[in-house]
Amino acid sequence: MTDFDGKFTDFRALLHPFNRRRFLQGAGTAAGAAAIGISTTSAPAHADDKVLNLLSWPGHGDPAFVKPFEDKYGCKVVAKEYVGGEPMLALMNQSPPGSFDVVLADAEYIHMLQESNFIDKLDPSDYPLKDYWPEFQHFPLHWVGNDLYSVMIRFGYLGIAYRTDMVSDSDVQSYKALWDDKLKGKVGFFDWYLPTMGCLSLYNGNKSPYDIPSDAFDKLKDTLFSLHPQASGFYSMADQFSMLTNGTAAVIPGIGDWVVLLLQKSGVPISATVPREGGIQWTESMSIVSSSTKKDLAKAFIQYASSPEGQARSAILPAYWASIPNKKGWDVLNKEHPDDAKALRLTYDARNVMDEYKDGKIAIRQTPIQQSIEDWNDAWSEFKSM
Amino acid sequence: MAFWAIPPILWQFAFFVVPLGFLVAMTFWSVRSFRLTPDMTLANWMFILKAGFFRSAYIYTFKLALLTALIASLSAFPAAYTLAFRLQPRTRRFLIFMLVVPFFTSYPVRIYSTQIFFSPEGIINAMIAPLGLGPVSVLDTPTGTVVGYLVLTLPLVLLLQTFALMNTPRDLIEAAHNLGCGRFRTILTVIVPTARVGLVLAATFAFVLSFGDYVAPLYLGGSNPPTLSILIADQVKSGNNWPRASVVAVTMILTLIVVMTAMLALAYGGRKKGRG
Repeated sequence: MTDFDGKFTDFRALLHPFNRRRFLQGAGTAAGAAAIGISTTSAPAHADDKVLNLLSWPGHGDPAFVKPFEDKYGCKVVAKEYVGGEPMLALMNQSPPGSFDVVLADAEYIHMLQESNFIDKLDPSDYPLKDYWPEFQHFPLHWVGNDLYSVMIRFGYLGIAYRTDMVSDSDVQSYKALWDDKLKGKVGFFDWYLPTMGCLSLYNGNKSPYDIPSDAFDKLKDTLFSLHPQASGFYSMADQFSMLTNGTAAVIPGIGDWVVLLLQKSGVPISATVPREGGIQWTESMSIVSSSTKKDLAKAFIQYASSPEGQARSAILPAYWASIPNKKGWDVLNKEHPDDAKALRLTYDARNVMDEYKDGKIAIRQTPIQQSIEDWNDAWSEFKSM
Repeated sequence: MAFWAIPPILWQFAFFVVPLGFLVAMTFWSVRSFRLTPDMTLANWMFILKAGFFRSAYIYTFKLALLTALIASLSAFPAAYTLAFRLQPRTRRFLIFMLVVPFFTSYPVRIYSTQIFFSPEGIINAMIAPLGLGPVSVLDTPTGTVVGYLVLTLPLVLLLQTFALMNTPRDLIEAAHNLGCGRFRTILTVIVPTARVGLVLAATFAFVLSFGDYVAPLYLGGSNPPTLSILIADQVKSGNNWPRASVVAVTMILTLIVVMTAMLALAYGGRKKGRG
């Protein structure tokens, strides 16, 4: 049996790799794409009362997750998908009002959405926050003062994902392994500046990896650039799955369980670790879009996603798995899918994801604080083209 | 008849000239908190033209497209020659049909299947391993990108070359042979000059298509390093920077205009003199 007989084609189907928007950006059609890009963002179904329009990372409109909600409310969840926080902000900025009812975003973008008045203040008593792990009941990036703007749905840790047949667990206890001679041309990258540069910032000893002065930023750029000879390629979300499966990439920094768990389930020899310098936490949370005309339905959807059942289903979303903050969701998962709960380390009888959180090795992912997003993005562009 | 020429002209105007004007205008716009704002700034041009990553991507893309045009033209020629001169008409028709078949499948799908062929434990390495060869690593390298470009361009170049050679007057070739000209000399001094327009056109198509392709450098080249088309996508992805992306696109269009002009001069230049 070989590694290309169907396993990763499944993931591609799930993750919609043939993103029309991106293909349209090919130079041959650049002129047309420029026009299309700012005119097709309205969802034609947004006026329909029986449709909930969700803006999210890939896979959150999957029937495996939304079906019980659709059945209960007699509606259809239509998801518009993006990869990366900046494309999400672009879609929010350019879409006609009313295009989306719920936005699923990473915590670091919630303040930007709030400052631009794109999302509504929420009533904390509408959501089961008291069932959440205490660490996540008042997650700072979701609150502005005493006001809640977003409800956490999922989270995970980012460190290094690696092929266990090419690299040993002891090799990757430090990010230093990325520069190892035997990994020359084998280090893959998720093509988004934020997670990788965050991990490398931790490697450089920055305790707050995104809040660094200019000299530390210059040093971070040097660290990043010195990795270029090791690079195999810069991958889309879907391509990470296939390149780790077929072995073109032996390690990818800045990712974690969200890529690894599904591949493990398909028999790929792969694992993920948080090196001793630390890891980055990613979070996904849901907010009600201010211009929505279906706010009751939007609230009901977030209530479902944060409920024990919604949480358990979201943890094992077919597109990519994640940890969940609701303890009652852990209970449902342990009861209905004990093996999956174990793989996700969402169990009570062994070391679990909350223990890692308590170890203090995890930094929350943020957008750059002392530099602009553009500065970090430009460094990433420079890195790619070296 | 003139009336029937109007619809395609209108079509081109509406869907090429107007968007092109919009594209050029957008190079002067600015982006404020991820929102496009009409403006008259040269900042995007200054930034892109000064950026090291733009220069690297430009040189890399140009080199790879040129290499593809050369490889496609040289490797297709013997096959085109055989198709045009050596085969029975029925066999030739069948093979020409077979050359069109790849276009039945969408190009991104063909590239994905190529990815499977070239993966480390893929079909190619499985085939050459028993011969004691390999493994070859092609994915995420410039070679991978060129392989993808050839998947796109080779059938087209072969078709265009075949048609060009088929239009070479047979009596010229026979006259050359009758005058004692050898086969290779006939090719170089009679066939190639006569079919020059078609051959140059085929190479130009290979260059143009490769220069703007987004799929092969992404899925076979692993964006390592990025080509100009990937740079366009990156600029949009990283901060909704359509104006900067438009600058890259306009420089690509300008480059292709220059290349096309040069190639047309090569195709048609000196013809009168040659014939006279």
